[in-house]
Amino acid sequence: MAFAAIFVPNFIFQSIARSEPELRIQPVAIIEGSPPTYQVTAYNRLAQILGVNSGMTKASAEQFAGVQIRHRSSAQENIAHMALLDAAWSVSSRVEDAAPDTLLTDIDGLARLYGSEEEIARRLLSRVSELGMDANVAVSANVETARILARAVSGLTIVSPGQEWRFLETLPVAMLAPSPQLAEIFQRWGVTNCKSLASLPVLALSERAGQEGVRLRTLASGRGNRPLLIAQPADSFLEFFELDDAIDNLEPLSFLLGRLLQQLCARVSARALSVGRVQVDFALEEAFESTIVPSRESRGARPSPKTFSCTLQLPVASSDATLLLKLLRLRLQSRPPGAPVRKISMRAEPARSRAVQSGLFAPVSPDPQKLELTLARIAAVVGQSNLGSPQLLDTQRPDAFHMGKFSVAVSASPPLQEASRATQTAFRVFRPPLPAWVQVQRNVPVRVALQGTLGTVVHASGPWRTSGDWWEERSWQEDAWDLEIQFPVGSETPQALYRICYDLLLEKWWARGVYD
Amino acid sequence: MHSKSAALRLHVESTLVGRMASPFRLTQNELPITVPAGIPLLDQVTGGLPRGGLTELYGPASSGKTSFLQSALATRTRTASAEVCALVDAQDSFDPACAQSAGVALKQLLWIRCRTLDNAFRSVDVLLNGGGFGMVALDLSDTPARLVRQIPLNVWFRLRRTIENTSTILLVLSRESNAKTCASLVLRLERETVAWSLRHSLRASGILHTPACLLDGWTTATEIIRSSSRRRKLHFLNQSTIPEDQDHVRFTLRSKEIHSHLPDQERVKDPG
Repeated sequence: MAFAAIFVPNFIFQSIARSEPELRIQPVAIIEGSPPTYQVTAYNRLAQILGVNSGMTKASAEQFAGVQIRHRSSAQENIAHMALLDAAWSVSSRVEDAAPDTLLTDIDGLARLYGSEEEIARRLLSRVSELGMDANVAVSANVETARILARAVSGLTIVSPGQEWRFLETLPVAMLAPSPQLAEIFQRWGVTNCKSLASLPVLALSERAGQEGVRLRTLASGRGNRPLLIAQPADSFLEFFELDDAIDNLEPLSFLLGRLLQQLCARVSARALSVGRVQVDFALEEAFESTIVPSRESRGARPSPKTFSCTLQLPVASSDATLLLKLLRLRLQSRPPGAPVRKISMRAEPARSRAVQSGLFAPVSPDPQKLELTLARIAAVVGQSNLGSPQLLDTQRPDAFHMGKFSVAVSASPPLQEASRATQTAFRVFRPPLPAWVQVQRNVPVRVALQGTLGTVVHASGPWRTSGDWWEERSWQEDAWDLEIQFPVGSETPQALYRICYDLLLEKWWARGVYD
Repeated sequence: MHSKSAALRLHVESTLVGRMASPFRLTQNELPITVPAGIPLLDQVTGGLPRGGLTELYGPASSGKTSFLQSALATRTRTASAEVCALVDAQDSFDPACAQSAGVALKQLLWIRCRTLDNAFRSVDVLLNGGGFGMVALDLSDTPARLVRQIPLNVWFRLRRTIENTSTILLVLSRESNAKTCASLVLRLERETVAWSLRHSLRASGILHTPACLLDGWTTATEIIRSSSRRRKLHFLNQSTIPEDQDHVRFTLRSKEIHSHLPDQERVKDPG
């Protein structure tokens, strides 16, 4: 049996530094409470050197030059804890969620995958580091010993079976987390470290300190073992960031979005998954004008911030943060939030990674991930509605189609084999149809004016009457003519073969298009 | 004399060592790979549309440019290659129903509907840089010629360089020739005789919905203005089976017919 314990020291600070890595090289104090009685609850080493300590008021902490003040965020701690779980699950499926800053994993049987216990522990360390935190990892055959050593010793600790007591003997009794009453008793007895506690007789200890004392003695001697309470892997990935000052510019917003996407993609990739869908919710700041007009209803009530949502649905799951950021930027450029952003919440839905083997004789086709980016870029130029694959509608109405979403079929249907096909005349549509003036003699058009130029009809074919949708509001009825029209030499409108239609309902002539 | 030329050659070769290998060897670029456009007569003469090159088709209205385009799209999307194609429609003139009846697989076609020339060129730029399309067609047929003339030549050069060494065909339709030497193949189309059946019945009969005359189609004359693959063949092989003076090809375009061997056209309900 082998267990690994992961402990994140100074978890409150690390959960915030995960979103703001630059804080690691600055003195930082984390405050908690309600104004005006904010108190320092956590701080990093640089702040400690300056003199910041727990319980200090916010005003006192601000006296130190260069100290960054941050509010404690339970949401950030939850997300950091979920990221820690993702790191542990990426190595072992048997993980116990012991504490927000502590995980216990069963690494038995992973030697074939990852190698020795030390290599497994280093992999755990690197996975946690990739997700933005520094941790201690301890490996032992005894789960409680591993847990205690991860908290007590920084870095990597590997305990050989049967040698647990050697690692524990010099640790203070406080590392075993005794109750205050027991701690006082041990202090009176002069029991200060685990070695002295482990050497106490069991019967006498149980009489004076009870079962709790016996349990602590077992832990101190490195023999406390128990089964893990396995945690279930989560299937949602959430990251969020709250700003002190609202942002209304896309550039700094993109920087934050990129950071969140990197963290999300790292967590998703750690679980051997990809991102199938990303939903970003922005909490917006109220506009200044709306805050200076007090109304009877709003007086005394704090207005709730507006929200703006943006969803990316990927046709092919991807864990490329750069690609996702580009798609998100293009989406926000075409449809911006409309107000300064105060808070960003980003949720990713995982999906299985696609594994497709390219065929040697497969036809040329765009890469699905690259195609998504190409389509987003073109949509930013021409608009989403002017891009796609045309789909003909189930009607005889002229020029009836719908723009469907363009995608590359993974398994294309067999193409048609056409034997011989005469080249067919094509038709070009005028959108919208051009108004035309037509002179008719003996029911045949003889002269046509288009775009201010008068032409003579050389040949005419028609009329062809079409009508439909009589049972609906959008019914149509028209007579169509195929006309060869000759315009004066040098005119803008060339001589060509046109289709001119007479709308019987509107009683107007239109040029529908030209044969080419 | 011979020793002097040999010494001079040696001097040039030693100077260019490391910068150019074999400076006196004439390098021959490989012939571009061509694919059929779907018009047999034209394919036989031109060799087809060159991959990794720009093909320019120009001519007045009703000369057959769009018919050529649809034939090429049908060949690329419906035959064994079943490639993905894109059409950048500068004036939003594409008729999907006509294209489908001509054999174009609309599911394999990305249609970009532009309203301005600037949007059209930006879209082409993004498409070519994205890559993966068998054919990208830029339809400038309805754009006024004076506007297209304002596009600087370096834009055409950049487009050509983008698709070089790729398998993408760039097909440009316009009223005039603009790409000049950037194009590997330039064809000028002109409508000749128009075929009207029942021409003697020009007057409409008493019943309005009985047609008096039918447009059957027309003959298009195509002049090969420039063909880099054909010129190279004639120059180096000197044994081309294509007659050297055959720069003109005529092919006939027929009006829409009902093709019984094609499947029922796929249609969807109006989403509203």
